[in-house]
Amino acid sequence: MTNVGSTELSGKSLLELDRVDTYYGQIHILQGLSIRIEAGELVCLLGGNASGKSTTLKTILGIVRPRNGVVRVDGEDVTKRPTSYRIGRGLAIVPENRRLFAPMTVLENLEMGAYLRGGGAKEDFERVYELFPLLYERRSQLAGTLSGGEQQMVAMGRALMSRPKLLLMDEPSMGLAPILVEKNFEIIKQVHESGVAMLIVEQNANVSLSIADRGYVLSTGRLVLEGPAAMLRENEELRKAYLGR
Amino acid sequence: MDTFLQLTVDALTLGSVYALIALGYTLVYGVLKLLNFAHGDVFMVGSFIGFGVLQLLGGTSKPVVPVWLLLVLMVLAAMVGCAVLGVVIERFAYRPLRDAPRIAPLISALGVSFFLANSMQLLFGATPRNYNIFDLANASLYTKGFNVGNVHVALLRIITVVAAFVLMVLLWFLVNRTRTGKAMRATSYDREAAAMMGIDIDKVIVFTFVLGSALAGAGGVLQSLRVPTTVAIGFVVGLKGFTAAVIGGIGSIPGAMAGGLILGFAESFSQGYISTKWSDLIVFSILIAFMIFRPQGLLGRADIRKV
Repeated sequence: MTNVGSTELSGKSLLELDRVDTYYGQIHILQGLSIRIEAGELVCLLGGNASGKSTTLKTILGIVRPRNGVVRVDGEDVTKRPTSYRIGRGLAIVPENRRLFAPMTVLENLEMGAYLRGGGAKEDFERVYELFPLLYERRSQLAGTLSGGEQQMVAMGRALMSRPKLLLMDEPSMGLAPILVEKNFEIIKQVHESGVAMLIVEQNANVSLSIADRGYVLSTGRLVLEGPAAMLRENEELRKAYLGR
Repeated sequence: MDTFLQLTVDALTLGSVYALIALGYTLVYGVLKLLNFAHGDVFMVGSFIGFGVLQLLGGTSKPVVPVWLLLVLMVLAAMVGCAVLGVVIERFAYRPLRDAPRIAPLISALGVSFFLANSMQLLFGATPRNYNIFDLANASLYTKGFNVGNVHVALLRIITVVAAFVLMVLLWFLVNRTRTGKAMRATSYDREAAAMMGIDIDKVIVFTFVLGSALAGAGGVLQSLRVPTTVAIGFVVGLKGFTAAVIGGIGSIPGAMAGGLILGFAESFSQGYISTKWSDLIVFSILIAFMIFRPQGLLGRADIRKV
């Protein structure tokens, strides 16, 4: 692995993967992966197809369990804990392709985001509606009938309903029109500035590096690069592999 | 005209019980994508619990409690008993196979079905059990009621239909207005996404079995108020419930209700206008027709898989 610039970190991280090995059956997907995210940071995890990005998220959330290594949230070992426990500890996700509950209303989707908090308090809804005024208008509409951009708002709002400390975003720009990608990243920035740490998993390196503090680059389940976003953008290898096209 | 009315009354009574069974099928299929072939046998156990409570409370000839309380207790006991049974079945027959290929829990379900039918036969024998509701309060459940033209609608039928509909309204409320009910719909649509929201899938599944099995228990008692029960009814009843669920669109709650009623009408009208011998043939022909021409059922959604 190449380390471009200083990434000295101290204290207990918000999220830490410590030398994680994850398998699907016999196939070794994540190979000794270590990443950490501090409170309030915006970190992006880059990599092409089949680089292990989705598996990393699944390992973080406990949808798959690593064979070796430790997953810590706020310093607590959650490796053997189920997904619901980890969500309760302050993780939330905007899944790839949004994965809204299409036959349920926008309001019900938001309630599901706050499931562990009893369906959401008034101020949670207010905060989401303030960020996305359109969702207030559409609250009784079925989520499946919304446009792609609107669905992205619901997915984001739904994740924020749990008052997460760390928001995981899986390919937020996938399937969105270019103009919406930009708008989406504006929103991501806005949410981040309100104090939520974020891990953005993306193929679109350009946009994500432009707003991130730090980045990791994954290739076939191993870290190949890590460092401050500004330095990654300058990195020759990365430019060739991801930005040049 | 009288025949038509009589058959309609029949259809509603039959159909509302079928709807109760179909709901259990559809709820479980929704969250687990499992055809719970043991469901009809849970219904059978429910009908026996109702019979047991009836005997404990003095039988139909000299009940120790008022008639309305007797009926309520029979239904409630069957609902509670079946809910517990459903949870036990899920825990021991389906949960260990949660990640196995889908054929494995299906076979396990058939196994549970045989297990329930045969152990009930060992315990209680194969003789039919008749609730003998006719003896209750001088046959008043049959003689009371109201008349539409020349057709007498017996109180017993009114009780059956009303009870079934009250339960369905209750279910609708639970599923649409409570947090756990909404979590169930979310899980049924996309289990992994539901888990990502922090929903405890195991809890949702247990909740689903509680609801479905309780409805089957109630259905078991309601049907046995009119028709004697045996340990062997589970198979046929399960098949009818399954057919109703498929016609309505498996996984869809309003679909199961509609499917149950359609089945009730098909059965009753084919018996009345064509022949009792042909009614099952007609009912299952409808199933086959749906399978061929509208496999997603009336209200189900077509399963579109993106690759």
